[in-house]
Amino acid sequence: MSETRSISLTVNGRAVAADVEVRLTLADFLRQNLRLTGTHLGCEHGVCGACTILLDGRSARSCLMLAVQANGHAITTVEGLAPNAEQMHPLQIAFQEQHALQCGFCTPGMLTTLTELLRDNPDPSAAQVREAISGNLCRCTGYNSIVDATLQAAKKLREGVPG
Amino acid sequence: MNAVLGRRVTRLEDRPLLTGCGRFAGDMVFEGQLYMRIARATCAHGRIAAMHLDAAKALPGVVAIWAGDDIADLPPIDFRDPAATALAPYRQTILARERVRYIGEPVVAIFATDAYIAEDAAELIEIEYDEYPVTLDASGPLGEFAPGLQTEPIMLEQGYGDIAAAFARAHAVIELTLKIGRHSGVPLETRGAIGRYDAANDILELHGAAKVPHRNQEAMARFFGRDHAHLHLHEGHVGGGFGIRGELYPEDFLVCLAALRLGRPVKWIEDRREHLMAANHSREQEHHIRAAIDKDGVVLGLEDEFFHDQGAYIRTHGARVVDLTIGMLPGPYRIPAYRAKGHMRLTNKTPAATYRSPGRYEGSFVRERLMDAVAGRLGLDPIIVRQRNLVPKDAMPYARGLGALGTDVVLDSGDYAGLLDKALKRFDWRGRQAAIQARRAKGEYVGLGICMFVEKSGLGPKDGARIGVLPDGGIEIVTGSASLGQGVETALAQIAADTLGVDYRSIRVIHGQTDRIPYGIGAHASRATVLTGNATHQAAILLRETIMKAAADLLQLPVASLLIRDSIVSAREGGHGPSISLRDLAVQMPDALHSEGWFHTDHMTYPYGVHLAQVCLDAETCLTKVESYLVAYDVGRAVNPAMVEGQIAGGFAQGLGGALYEEFRYDERGEPLSVTFADYLIPTLHEVPALDILVTEDAPSPLNPLGIKGAGEGGCTGVGAAIASAVADALQKPEAVKTLPITPQRLRNMLRGPA
Repeated sequence: MSETRSISLTVNGRAVAADVEVRLTLADFLRQNLRLTGTHLGCEHGVCGACTILLDGRSARSCLMLAVQANGHAITTVEGLAPNAEQMHPLQIAFQEQHALQCGFCTPGMLTTLTELLRDNPDPSAAQVREAISGNLCRCTGYNSIVDATLQAAKKLREGVPG
Repeated sequence: MNAVLGRRVTRLEDRPLLTGCGRFAGDMVFEGQLYMRIARATCAHGRIAAMHLDAAKALPGVVAIWAGDDIADLPPIDFRDPAATALAPYRQTILARERVRYIGEPVVAIFATDAYIAEDAAELIEIEYDEYPVTLDASGPLGEFAPGLQTEPIMLEQGYGDIAAAFARAHAVIELTLKIGRHSGVPLETRGAIGRYDAANDILELHGAAKVPHRNQEAMARFFGRDHAHLHLHEGHVGGGFGIRGELYPEDFLVCLAALRLGRPVKWIEDRREHLMAANHSREQEHHIRAAIDKDGVVLGLEDEFFHDQGAYIRTHGARVVDLTIGMLPGPYRIPAYRAKGHMRLTNKTPAATYRSPGRYEGSFVRERLMDAVAGRLGLDPIIVRQRNLVPKDAMPYARGLGALGTDVVLDSGDYAGLLDKALKRFDWRGRQAAIQARRAKGEYVGLGICMFVEKSGLGPKDGARIGVLPDGGIEIVTGSASLGQGVETALAQIAADTLGVDYRSIRVIHGQTDRIPYGIGAHASRATVLTGNATHQAAILLRETIMKAAADLLQLPVASLLIRDSIVSAREGGHGPSISLRDLAVQMPDALHSEGWFHTDHMTYPYGVHLAQVCLDAETCLTKVESYLVAYDVGRAVNPAMVEGQIAGGFAQGLGGALYEEFRYDERGEPLSVTFADYLIPTLHEVPALDILVTEDAPSPLNPLGIKGAGEGGCTGVGAAIASAVADALQKPEAVKTLPITPQRLRNMLRGPA
């Protein structure tokens, strides 16, 4: 039960090494061991998407992965999206301007998922945005403001405007 | 001034939430904390015959394990407000004693040094039950809750007018049996609670509080026999409330008790499966409604008898949902005679309580199905039937002759017919009707639906707020309000900024901390903006007077010649006169610049709305597709229209869930079948259509200086009713839809008859 492994990985650009129990989920590793609590757990069975992180740039559910599976990989969490402490990412700014969050619990998973979308498809249609986050549950906003925010951020990113 | 009140400004709350710096219950860590895990009943009704706890106790890392007998000296969880004595025996204890009554009921509490170990220990616990028969149908025969106690603790009844005379002179009588399914708020953050005992100061703390921290402080102080000064509740970020979060549950008491008895902080974070079987459910009712109508479709009298499925225990709300259902059921219609009886029934399911639009989501479905049935029976246009029954604008204020939440229902202001006209026009109802005829001719099942409703908000009697200038010149508002994600910080800051002449972003709003202010109503029942907002407004007016007097003395100018702009007090005329910043003023008069404001009200204020829907039914898959939807809602005055629209849009998505997808189902043994997000279907973006929202301010409330009515619930209230109306229209069978949610199975039965 208490079998452990040594892992080393990159989290938000920082090298991390730790001894972890093999059964520890990646989400719990990020939240408890690294104190990166921006990654949220809404269901722990892979449906809600709140715990979505980027693993080598691809979105993944950190509740369905073990920390040991992240060994040797690069992880990006919501804490790693903004370019620096003063400035938010254009997606984050657009979320604020379009009222695309209320309680903010699903927001980290939305942001990471949409970061992947906009990297792969800088000029998505509304339908493509809807498809991209159809696996992320939000209980507050009714989603449409999130779609609007994403389209706004995409436009800003294409124009090269920071925010 | 009106610089910021009423504007679509961005929210003060957003930045930490967007950057991952939020502080939700699960994010909090206290030195030496233990983790609690609950072993829950696996039998829906039975006597606890034996418990095998030794293997779990022996597990390294387990610190303590409690069963009901270990805490038998503690009372059950009490009602928040005074309730009928008949309800008292049906309250829930914090761990089951002898008998369990629903699957998911807390039976054993485990405390361990690690959450994983606590969960391991729970799996080692075995509990044997002698099973009793289960009661799962609230409208069926009465069962036994306990020896000598039946499963109907109370029947509430209200009415007015001569109902017998109404039926005696009726042109026709219409009777319907209608059911609303069991669903609930299901916030994306599960519940969480951390109990901590500060022995140095003898203060017991509950972190993870929400909704009504001060009321819960009172209740917990009573429970633990502690003075208020020695028990505090603290709210962090809250991942959605919707009525169900922030009520006191067994786990809240257990973490506090454990913190006291074990001497270490104790943290509990619910998992999703637990949440779906342990947090409050809501809505499940069966109505038998009868209407006496005249030949024009005017309702002469309405009689309703309904059965409310309360689940296994009566929780903190007492009989509130039954009461609200009765008091609000007539909605926007005159209905000269009315009588309603609500049977509150216990069953062997998860306990139920309030969820966004409690009683109104249910009652609106029932009332609007009836209106469609009246139209169908008489061959009239459903819009015309509604128009003929509306309370007219010039009848306001309109005393209903009913009570709800302990006050008389007096509709304060409203132009129901006017909003209907605006909504129909915006939705192009008549144009859509023509288009639908053409599609129907091609064999499509397309329909239009409507719901008209009245909401309630701003329940009194009072709330207060304190406001002051901080040493750095910023403004701090201290309230007993609560934030559930709705943007209360921004709303209160906008209200105060407007009066004070400061940037709303320079205002800090404190909420949910019982050690910062001794009172507060929290955030529930669409009360916060009305009560705390008006109290903040009052406090800001008083603070402004204080600032002006102080500045006038220092600047040697009359008060009337001064204004505050961008946190600087200066002469109204000319740019070169003397001035002083709030910061300098605060430095000179450190203790003077603060005030307290109160708002009192005897009556609720009633926003109202119209929902219009267009649906298309897929005859093959039996799925209902919502093609277009409009919510028109009059909130009197919108403090921040973007936040009002956000409330409406979110409420709509939740209402849609209850209309089409969400349902807590049980098998015949009382086993819950909807305990994952794969079984309990929250609408995703695929299910939520683009939504049109029309926020109007035609009927400001005469009951408060700002004219505000609460905006939190009207997006949700009418969705079940409007979707049902549209589905019935698509089927061309006005009385076909009798049950929510309209699942594919139910739609199949309506399309083709039962399988």
